[in-house]
Amino acid sequence: MAETQIPVTVLTGYLGAGKTTLLNRILSENHGKKYAVVVNEFGEIGIDNDLIVESDEEIYEMNNGCVCCTVRGDLIRVVEGLMKRPGGFDGILVETTGLANPAPVAQTFFMDEDVRAKSRLDAVVTVADAMNLLKRLDDSPEAEEQIAFADVVLLNKIDLVSAEQIAAVERRIREINPHATIHRTERSAIDLDKVLDRGAFDLDRILTLDPEFLEGEDDHDHDHECGPDCDHDHHHHHAHGHDHGHDHDHDHHHHPRHDESVFSISLRGGELDPGKFFPWIQEVTQVEGPNILRLKGILAMDRDPDRYVIQGVHMIIEGTHQRPWRDDEPRESRLVFIGRKLNEDAIRKSFEACLAKKS
Amino acid sequence: MPTLQTFPFGAFVVGAAFLRGTPVFALGDGRVARVDGAAAETAVAPQGGLLAASVSADGEQLLTSGDDGRVVASDAAGGLVELASRPKKWIDQLATGPNGAFAFAYGREAVVHLPDGKERVLQHERTVGGLAFAPKGLRLAVARYNGASLWWPATDAKPTDFEWKGSHLGVTFSPDGKFLVTSMQENALHGWRVADGGGHMRMSGYPGKVRSMSWSAKGRFLATSGAEMAVLWPFHFKDGPMGRQPLQVGNRPTSIVSFVACHPTEEVVAIGYKDGMILAGRYGDGGEAALRQAGEGGPISTLVWDKAGVRLAFGTEEGVAGIVDLRG
Repeated sequence: MAETQIPVTVLTGYLGAGKTTLLNRILSENHGKKYAVVVNEFGEIGIDNDLIVESDEEIYEMNNGCVCCTVRGDLIRVVEGLMKRPGGFDGILVETTGLANPAPVAQTFFMDEDVRAKSRLDAVVTVADAMNLLKRLDDSPEAEEQIAFADVVLLNKIDLVSAEQIAAVERRIREINPHATIHRTERSAIDLDKVLDRGAFDLDRILTLDPEFLEGEDDHDHDHECGPDCDHDHHHHHAHGHDHGHDHDHDHHHHPRHDESVFSISLRGGELDPGKFFPWIQEVTQVEGPNILRLKGILAMDRDPDRYVIQGVHMIIEGTHQRPWRDDEPRESRLVFIGRKLNEDAIRKSFEACLAKKS
Repeated sequence: MPTLQTFPFGAFVVGAAFLRGTPVFALGDGRVARVDGAAAETAVAPQGGLLAASVSADGEQLLTSGDDGRVVASDAAGGLVELASRPKKWIDQLATGPNGAFAFAYGREAVVHLPDGKERVLQHERTVGGLAFAPKGLRLAVARYNGASLWWPATDAKPTDFEWKGSHLGVTFSPDGKFLVTSMQENALHGWRVADGGGHMRMSGYPGKVRSMSWSAKGRFLATSGAEMAVLWPFHFKDGPMGRQPLQVGNRPTSIVSFVACHPTEEVVAIGYKDGMILAGRYGDGGEAALRQAGEGGPISTLVWDKAGVRLAFGTEEGVAGIVDLRG
């Protein structure tokens, strides 16, 4: 079944950030692939393509009406309709409205059995306007959610701002989402293989939680001003209780955390006791599900030769044994939560209680 | 022994009909195929793909709608007529009614073409799901989010709204017009008494979504897909199926029923499965006969009996269509 699942890329971003420009690039570039596109309005799509579908965003609540069980009903139908076309296309792009929370779109590809059988979520790509993002993040929870959900962030319109401004925006993005890959762009110009077919929700392709590992050397240069290193150093210091000052400042004085702000918690430890960890993660996602936007982890289980990988959106989590640990890899567990109103101390302590006791 | 004739069309079989006895198949790539003896002749109707098909009440035409925004009628002689057009809209819902009436929907709008040729647009707050005409009178039921709306489209009256929380995808009236049943996103059916919108019959327990519903002869049972067997809810009691066990026919633990079609006169249901198998099952004693073995073509996507109930047209998601002839 897996090889027939069509990859779905979700394009989010605030109004005017450059989503449509990116979409037009994807559709007009000569890559030999054919994409079906789901948009809210044909409006500015400049390309004539009979696979562009206009669809009204329809948020459905499933089951008990919990935020974690919302799906895009219209997408279920569009995907079903597309599947009736024989061998016609290589992927589906879903463009959300500027004000959309990406969760229902993402959840559609996990919650609906038929959609799940025929398509797979590939990545959430968020286009952000370097000039206006900081303002948007302060006044719009949706803008924050779009960054929080992103696997790839296109920091667009960098030609309109200074190097300092870019650095500040990237720091803020990292505060919200430490594991997204950030690309700086002008007029949404980017190699499409950095946006499409990312496999960001594919458990087999979770290699590491450090994005520069995935991207290779060239991106590392762009990201280094405040990359994920900064973030996990900071947490590392926290965990060990001897803070050296500058990392901490670096992360926090630019932007005080509001009660409703999205932030991330990076947990790190040795081998876990599966008998404790699995009930714990179930409980955390059940209780904190509405507050957890995304989670990802690479885990070492006690007496288990395989890496265990896990990922989730709100209450939906999935995990699998990925591959054996290599001899040159430290058997270490890392888990990242991105969310709001999460009790960091409680989560950290209860996670640490899941560590395997070494005799 | 029944005989089996198959046609490898290579495109999703959206629907089928016997028009004056001639089998006709609507295909996902936009073709309408007509079978004449051993050969199949295909006509390319619109550009783009077909999303829905429904046979006219008089059995003379197969109406199809698609992602080219057109509703087209095909007849037994291969003729094609465009009945309606909404450029750029994906028309994925289609229903036929009495005296040539038909309805189609895209997004939040449902459109009814009345027998006198007039068109009426019915606006809804949320996306429209399935459509169904009542067996008598010009009444249209529209499945939608949180229930169903019942319209008298020949009048300007506001709809009667039947509410039930959740997303309602498909809808059907019982043949006597007394019950309305919807299929839901949540692997369940919901039923109402048409007279007063009460009754609230909850039919659940399915492992998958119910995509196919078919009323038995005289409306005694509603056969449904979505489980390892055809599930038939009894509707010949005053209160419908409430508090009663459904019949289960054609249990195959290795697959899931994807389509059902009740025989037009006998207490027999044709059952299509995701692995491509087709069984005929009797309600009374659960007796079964295999009409097609599991195999090529993927899940059964359509099943239609001819008027006499001796031939069964079928189609699959991956593009195999065929005819089972019970006379051998």
